[in-house]
Amino acid sequence: MILGMVRGTVYSTINHPFYDNRRLLLVDRIRPDGSEEGGYLLAIDSVDAGVGDLVLMIDEGNSARQIVDEDNAPIRSIIIGIVDEIQWTG
Amino acid sequence: MHLGRVVGTVVPCVVYQGLKGVPMLLVEPLDKHAKPKGDPFVAADSTGMAGPGEFIYYEASREAALTLDPWFVPVDHAIVGIVDGATREGEEIRP
Repeated sequence: MILGMVRGTVYSTINHPFYDNRRLLLVDRIRPDGSEEGGYLLAIDSVDAGVGDLVLMIDEGNSARQIVDEDNAPIRSIIIGIVDEIQWTG
Repeated sequence: MHLGRVVGTVVPCVVYQGLKGVPMLLVEPLDKHAKPKGDPFVAADSTGMAGPGEFIYYEASREAALTLDPWFVPVDHAIVGIVDGATREGEEIRP
């Protein structure tokens, strides 16, 4: 799973039907110490995350489909948790 | 899933069955600030409505094929939607 920091949102009305009424969040990939890796993901929110939240994401289809409970959902990037605290011996 | 910008179209004269009539567009990948980063690639357009210059978002691998009908087709990138607006730290971002 991937650590990320929610930085923004994306609004869209013309999209694949599955993405209707789903919040799209712009999430920077970060290292455990909070520094940015440079990459990012546009992820569907499933836990009411908001801008500024430290989140846990998955970027893999089978898990994502399991979460949304739809066999052929064209989805990979999804936010599955909001992180309270990271303890890192790094 | 990532942000992209449509920079062209591709019209195949012969294509694998199941992909007939599927629009193929040239997409330039964008970074987290919606600025170009990386080489353009060809993506199937599942919305069927994206045109050159449009701000879009796309998915890769099997999930790209799953956006199409029939979905068991050899596609590894697909436009999933057209961006109406995107914000980053309170500021609008555009390609």
